[in-house]
Amino acid sequence: MNRIVDYTVGEPIRDAKAPTGPIEDRWETRKFKARLVNPANKRKLHVIVVGTGLAGGSAAATLGELGYRVTSFCYQDSPRRAHSIAAQGGINAAKNYRGDGDSIYRLFYDTVKGGDFRARESNVYRLAQVSVNIIDQAVAQGVPFAREYGGLLDTRSFGGAQVSRTFYARGQTGQQLLLGAYAALERQIAAGNVTMNTRHEMLELIVSDGRARGIVVRDMVSGEVETHLADAVVLATGGYGNVFFLSTNAKGCNTTAIWRAHQKGAMFANPCYTQIHPTCIPVSGEYQSKLTLMSESLRNDGRVWVPLAKGDARAPGDIPEDERDYYLERIYPAFGNLVPRDIASRAAKNVCDEGRGVGPGGLGVYLDFADAIERLGRDAVEEKYGNLFEMYERITGEDPYRQPMRIYPAVHYTMGGLWVDYDLQSTVPGLFVIGEANFSDHGANRLGASALMQGLADGYFVLPATIGDYLADAHRFDPVDDVAVAEAEISVRTKINRLLSINGTRTPDSFHRELGRIMWEFCGMERTEESLNKALELIPSLREEFWRDVKVSGTAEELNQVLEKAGRVADFFDLAELMCVDALHRTESCGGHFRAESQDADGEALRDDEHFAYVAAWEWSDQGPILHKEDLEYEYVTMTQRSYK
Amino acid sequence: MKITLKVWRQKGPSDKGRLVSYVVDDVSPDMSFLEMLDVLNERLILTGDDPVAFDHDCREGICGMCSMVIDGTPHGPQRATTTCQLHMRHYKDGDTITIEPWRAAPFPVVKDLVVDRSAFDRIIQAGGFISVPAGSAPDAHSMPVAKNDADDAFDAATCIGCGACVAACPNGSAALFTGAKITHLGLLPQGQPERMARAKAMVEQMDAEGFGGCTNTGECVAVCPKGISLDVIGRMNADFLKSSK
Amino acid sequence: MAVTGAILVLYLVAHMLGNLKIFLGAGAFNAYAEWLRTVGEPAVPGRTVLTLTEIVLTVAVVLHIWSAVALARRAGKARPVKYAARPKAHASRYATHIMRYGGLTIALFVVWHLLDLTFGVVNPAGGAAAPYDRVVESFDLSRWYVTLFYFVAVIMVGLHLRHGIWSAFQTLGMTTHRTRGRIRVASALLSAVLVLGFLSVPVAVMIGVVK
Repeated sequence: MNRIVDYTVGEPIRDAKAPTGPIEDRWETRKFKARLVNPANKRKLHVIVVGTGLAGGSAAATLGELGYRVTSFCYQDSPRRAHSIAAQGGINAAKNYRGDGDSIYRLFYDTVKGGDFRARESNVYRLAQVSVNIIDQAVAQGVPFAREYGGLLDTRSFGGAQVSRTFYARGQTGQQLLLGAYAALERQIAAGNVTMNTRHEMLELIVSDGRARGIVVRDMVSGEVETHLADAVVLATGGYGNVFFLSTNAKGCNTTAIWRAHQKGAMFANPCYTQIHPTCIPVSGEYQSKLTLMSESLRNDGRVWVPLAKGDARAPGDIPEDERDYYLERIYPAFGNLVPRDIASRAAKNVCDEGRGVGPGGLGVYLDFADAIERLGRDAVEEKYGNLFEMYERITGEDPYRQPMRIYPAVHYTMGGLWVDYDLQSTVPGLFVIGEANFSDHGANRLGASALMQGLADGYFVLPATIGDYLADAHRFDPVDDVAVAEAEISVRTKINRLLSINGTRTPDSFHRELGRIMWEFCGMERTEESLNKALELIPSLREEFWRDVKVSGTAEELNQVLEKAGRVADFFDLAELMCVDALHRTESCGGHFRAESQDADGEALRDDEHFAYVAAWEWSDQGPILHKEDLEYEYVTMTQRSYK
Repeated sequence: MKITLKVWRQKGPSDKGRLVSYVVDDVSPDMSFLEMLDVLNERLILTGDDPVAFDHDCREGICGMCSMVIDGTPHGPQRATTTCQLHMRHYKDGDTITIEPWRAAPFPVVKDLVVDRSAFDRIIQAGGFISVPAGSAPDAHSMPVAKNDADDAFDAATCIGCGACVAACPNGSAALFTGAKITHLGLLPQGQPERMARAKAMVEQMDAEGFGGCTNTGECVAVCPKGISLDVIGRMNADFLKSSK
Repeated sequence: MAVTGAILVLYLVAHMLGNLKIFLGAGAFNAYAEWLRTVGEPAVPGRTVLTLTEIVLTVAVVLHIWSAVALARRAGKARPVKYAARPKAHASRYATHIMRYGGLTIALFVVWHLLDLTFGVVNPAGGAAAPYDRVVESFDLSRWYVTLFYFVAVIMVGLHLRHGIWSAFQTLGMTTHRTRGRIRVASALLSAVLVLGFLSVPVAVMIGVVK
């Protein structure tokens, strides 16, 4: 039953609903034209928000502040634990507090260019505009950003940006911003405006009369399947990097919420755009359950190298200088070790593919601080990177002061997600998607310190302004169709019962691991027509085996982490297939999508703007996916090829 | 390595629970503690047994989800380290390890090693915030903050809400958790208007949840994965006493 | 706990200073004891100040014990199920033990101490003897076990205070990042001074400096 998925091309998407006119006025225009809801009526309008990360937490809090009746869900035991908490580096904002030439326009320009010209200009411009409000909001909430002795906020340059626009709270910026949003959310819970449901997992979207009107969730403690109805549904459920099994995502991150919505009519845009972060701690063995990111800042002083000879098994200290290959410095003399994430990642993969990788399985490269220690002194290095070195030693048991770190790229972020218009509304009316779960602002590659910015922009400022326009009509909505509710509930129960009844011989995790290996191998850092076809052959057969041979212990009426896992893995199979289809159809290389067939003479990514300057929005159908193209037009930024030589 | 585990198994809140022994062979020293439990669980699933339920998520020491008492110490033997970042190289072949859930009445056991920590959320609901609706904030530079205050506030704000402090405290007190939030917000100029009311409401909620009283034993600080200082309890007490005047 | 503890610490300081008068000779010591009874006269009737002090101390002791019992009960309720693995001392678990069991030891001692030296019921010299004689008789070498108990109890008091004094400052919110360390050192020093002061008397009796 191995089938290679074919797709059909449907109608293009002609209007993403961004206002026209000068780009700097578009957001104001949209806000002004959006209809308002009478304060007395807001109390009667009910909004469901799924997920409590930066986007979901801030959205639920803000909608509560505005007077809507909000019900919020998360799968963790507290809204404070969403994986936004793990973001290290910082948050960009066009404050120009340094007077170093930053501006809203420059942040907009850098983001469009960094996204390799695959993002919408209107959205990105709005993001840059709103970025300044985010910092104000966070500071007022008590987020303890780093400060200078004068008491003003400190900033740094990040990810190769030429201006210092990144605000940070040591290496825990995501944590501090999330705790700010969490505090705002808890305040609204205390005020009775938000009802919080922790340890609840969304398993189905309810679409009635063409509108998103509710969700079906499973109470993960009692196992009860519950239906929650509302006037609008907001998904803020994060990215799907865990389709690769090993990633820097939290173990619980999954695609189920957005995948259910996709199967109920929401288009999925650019699923193949995957950001692979170059500096993670390599895999140490078969049992590995997740990968840990080491801050990108390490590349400022560390030198990346591998042995010149294949299979050189000597200890790094025994390899003389002239038998080492500092390959980033060799290939990219201008940028050296500081080339962008996608380039550094691919270069590491290439040298490992040549058999020159180091560490277990030959999947690692050295990040060496010997020169930095000699030049700056051990104390200075410790001052800068002490906490990172400590974390590295905790995980690997190796002392990076004495021997080089081993690093390897790992899946970190997914730029793709559910397609949304300028209002962040999906193709299902009443279904809004925010944060990493949508596809909107990063194009084919996300810049460092931009994820936090987008999540909070969507949650604090954009969604609260646009959702009112939709809800202004709520009094005209038909009552929710009982049949739609019953169908959604039945589909959830059926799937749960089916998983429990198979009683096979393999655990959900073993399938997930294998799926991850397929995706990493054939739809990872470098993709070819052949590899993708191979993946599209392997995935369906593995899925078939899953539905025949998975073993889920326990019952549905209890806390059952195996059952939770099995349901998530089942959806990852379908998503993985769509990712491969998307990657196969996009025969160009761009940002986080590298097709080996599309490279220049030096082996660098080559875009094909003539044929692929569009958003690929996929519609679900039983007969295979349907591609809807949304053309991208650039009025302000000129498309150029990136070069880091 | 071969490791013997004695794991607390409890089907649900009303079950009595007991320690059950398991032997895990082939433990690699490079495994994290949770990966070692993953290996055990994979085996239990295949033999038709109920795998050990435990909370975990980010596995990089920041989400605060993991919560187990290892040989009597919350998060295990390594200082300033969450369970997910503890690695098996700290153990040797033949070791026996006892794993129990957080033990505190306000943290009832849900199943096995999973406990309900919603009491912490309710303490935050009582006042662990600065009331500032989105969009109403003044420019971020309109209120400078002395670097020392910002740094101290940050140190207190690094609390991950895991509950190890409660689990370690011989009194089952939540003073370190509550004090950390009161200190974080109380040190910043933005937090001043609500400072006293916040301290009063949060301390009262903490007591209402059934946590024990603080006797300054310092056990909490010794196990805190983020090294939160006892200072925060002093500040909490000061603000609380002032608010009660 | 902190407030009553503070009252008791102040009392202990005064008590120790009073005890040290024994080195000035029997006359001075007995006169001091007499002064305690007559202080404030003739403004107020005899023993007024002493009685008031006794009342305050009794109330402080009762409240101190009551708080301790309440805290222990709260702790018990907060952890209905104990750990199976013996909890290792993460920090200074001794603090808990010293406060609870040490407190109990001290309470028992205070009862004996009052019967011995205040009421003289268990004192070989009897209740009617002069205070100086009662002290000398009490610590007579033949009653080494009494002296030993006294030693143990005084050291307990010292350990109790070493944690108790700084802990009181912390509970009253009087510690900061900068002062806490110093307060802890000062607590330890004051405790040591009290222990040495109180122990100097029986030692002096035993080696015959005071007889």
